[in-house]
Amino acid sequence: MIGVRLLAMIRKELLAVLRDTRARITLIVPPLLQLILFSSAATLEVKNVDIGVYNRSSGAASSEFISQLAGSPNVRRIIKIDSPDAARQAIDNQKVIAVVMFDGQFDRDFAVGQTSDVDVILDGRRSNAAQIVTRYLDRIAASSGAALHMSSPDHGEQSITVNWFNPNLDYIWFVMPSLLVTICGMSALSVTVQSVARERELGTFDQLMVSPLGLHEILIGKMAPPLLIGLLNATLYLIVIPLFYGVPFLGSILLFYPAVVLYLLALIGVGMVVSAKVKTQQQAFLGMFMLMVPMTLLSGFASPVDNMPGWLQTIAEINPQKHFLIISEGLFLKAMPLVDVLANSWPLVLIAAVTLTAATLQFRSHVE
Amino acid sequence: MNGFDTRRFHAMLTKEARQIIRDPSTILIAFVLPLVLLFLFGYGVNLDTSRTRIGIAQRDHSEAAASLVGAFQSSRWFDVRATGDVPVLGRDLTSGHIRGIIVIPDGFGRDVAKGGGAIQVITDGSTPNTASFVSGYAEGVRANWVAARKAERGQAHGAPTIQTVPRYWFNPQLASRYFLVPGAIAIVMTMIGTLLTALVIAREWERGTMEAILATPIGMIEFMATKVIPYFVLALGSMVICSLIAVFVFGLPFRGSPLALLLIVSAFLMPALGQGLLISAATKNQFVASQIALLTGFLPGLMLSGFLYEISSMPKWVQWVTYAIPARYLIPPLETVFVAGDNWTLFLPNIAAMLCFGVFFFILAFRANPRRIA
Repeated sequence: MIGVRLLAMIRKELLAVLRDTRARITLIVPPLLQLILFSSAATLEVKNVDIGVYNRSSGAASSEFISQLAGSPNVRRIIKIDSPDAARQAIDNQKVIAVVMFDGQFDRDFAVGQTSDVDVILDGRRSNAAQIVTRYLDRIAASSGAALHMSSPDHGEQSITVNWFNPNLDYIWFVMPSLLVTICGMSALSVTVQSVARERELGTFDQLMVSPLGLHEILIGKMAPPLLIGLLNATLYLIVIPLFYGVPFLGSILLFYPAVVLYLLALIGVGMVVSAKVKTQQQAFLGMFMLMVPMTLLSGFASPVDNMPGWLQTIAEINPQKHFLIISEGLFLKAMPLVDVLANSWPLVLIAAVTLTAATLQFRSHVE
Repeated sequence: MNGFDTRRFHAMLTKEARQIIRDPSTILIAFVLPLVLLFLFGYGVNLDTSRTRIGIAQRDHSEAAASLVGAFQSSRWFDVRATGDVPVLGRDLTSGHIRGIIVIPDGFGRDVAKGGGAIQVITDGSTPNTASFVSGYAEGVRANWVAARKAERGQAHGAPTIQTVPRYWFNPQLASRYFLVPGAIAIVMTMIGTLLTALVIAREWERGTMEAILATPIGMIEFMATKVIPYFVLALGSMVICSLIAVFVFGLPFRGSPLALLLIVSAFLMPALGQGLLISAATKNQFVASQIALLTGFLPGLMLSGFLYEISSMPKWVQWVTYAIPARYLIPPLETVFVAGDNWTLFLPNIAAMLCFGVFFFILAFRANPRRIA
């Protein structure tokens, strides 16, 4: 009897979410579009930059430097600049990210065996890109110096680097497992929060409360759609990511699914706590947004958790995304063993237990 | 019937303004959320790497190897957490406890005496940025150590070299805050302009109060203006607060003029508000409106506007997509007005582009709003 009632409730909830064609489409199509678009946008490399050259010297060293610069795969165009004023304007108007300047001394210094300085002005508004461009220019400086001496640029042997888990340091190998975490989380959280808020706004939630359904049946019914939609999206990505993006999935699927379920339960719990507080869909959406943005920014996707100040790292511990991001990256790229998956799963269990209990208590106090 | 009536216009405007002020969620999004976002971008998102945890596998026990281990331990870039064999340290790398392993191979001391001395660096490629940081700085530690040993022995180094002397204009300390905080302000403007507007007006459609208004003699343009103006004012208020925080809490310079800032942000609010109106008129459903506003407003503002990721580095077709994102034209002037100063050659084309998008969205929204009840 209880089973039948619960099933009916779950069926009703699924219908409520999926009945509207547009809502159905918004749950599947935008997440896929995001995956495609953002996977190609999120790159921390700097490519196709335009660089200005202001050359007041003329000799072998400066022309070697310029020709290596022009040949760099990261540089799109070299723009000739003929006065300090033009250099200032090119930077100010963001025509170039950097101007390389050779003064009259440059080739003379090099010819007499001194270290020659190349002055480089960079656009500090784009400080991150500017730093990466400096690194490219350093490399060009070293190799053009070496080319002119026909020798190797460094003292002794260089260290040999081996990148485990991602040999070519493909940024997309990092982005894809992270996007899975963010996008699945976003759809699960918004479905949870909206479905309760919608009924409250329309007044049908009170009708549910006075029906013969137990509170636990109502809550389980409310949890079913986000869980199923989250799992559906996760499965979709699990297929699309290795197939179309060549990112390997080396871990065990048997570890992946339980971890996804725990992650979704933790998020649903958080969503339930929010929806117990709000009265309208608008408040629900805003509440979700206020949670989702900090969660994503503090998950380690935008920048490593290690770089954050200590107190923020502590706050990040209660963020389900932070824990599942480690599991997702680990299972895709590192074939993470059970021990490590467990070590990152128990915080999810804890978050789910605390939030779901809190939500149940809040709803119960509403009834009374 | 559709003529403009100043009194009616004022009455409607007052009604809309009251509606906003009385709704606590508006205050939340216009004033609390900006604070949260600014603090997250100011403190939480940090692209300037601090000390990285590594392990060292020392397979050689010569004096040279011990001295190199010492160099890594005293480096300000690394935090040596563990020593041991590669298989053992490999497990720490998998679990994420360390981000790299330095392997000092057998016979390292002998090789150093002969003038060589390579080490192996194993990185955690699952976080590519940290990985290239580890390999770059590990090589730096090693090279400095070699140079210091040579200097001790009085060996000069040979040929002349070319050396770059970089100067970073506008931001000599290279603080990533200088572009993250203006970026956060752009996101806040998108939130208020597009998200909040779309949501609030979709609610009126859902509840049927919109039809009540359409039944009155108010004209369409008048009606749209009364909907948009309060949010415009709200967004500008939020912008002032954000700018004050940027300057007084995060220490950003403000080298441009307030007038330029006002013009730039106002120009951006046109497409943002127009988009919000369009979404609400086209969907008439809060849930769908919220999802579409997130997808077409917030996420592109974050990912495709050029504030987190360089547009020039994206594939060609994504670069073309960015031209259709109004936030793309907001980021360069906004960053400039804070850290560089007024530069009208940069401002005017961007302002013009944003206004064009604004007109476009308003026309679409105008056409999407039904003039009579079906």
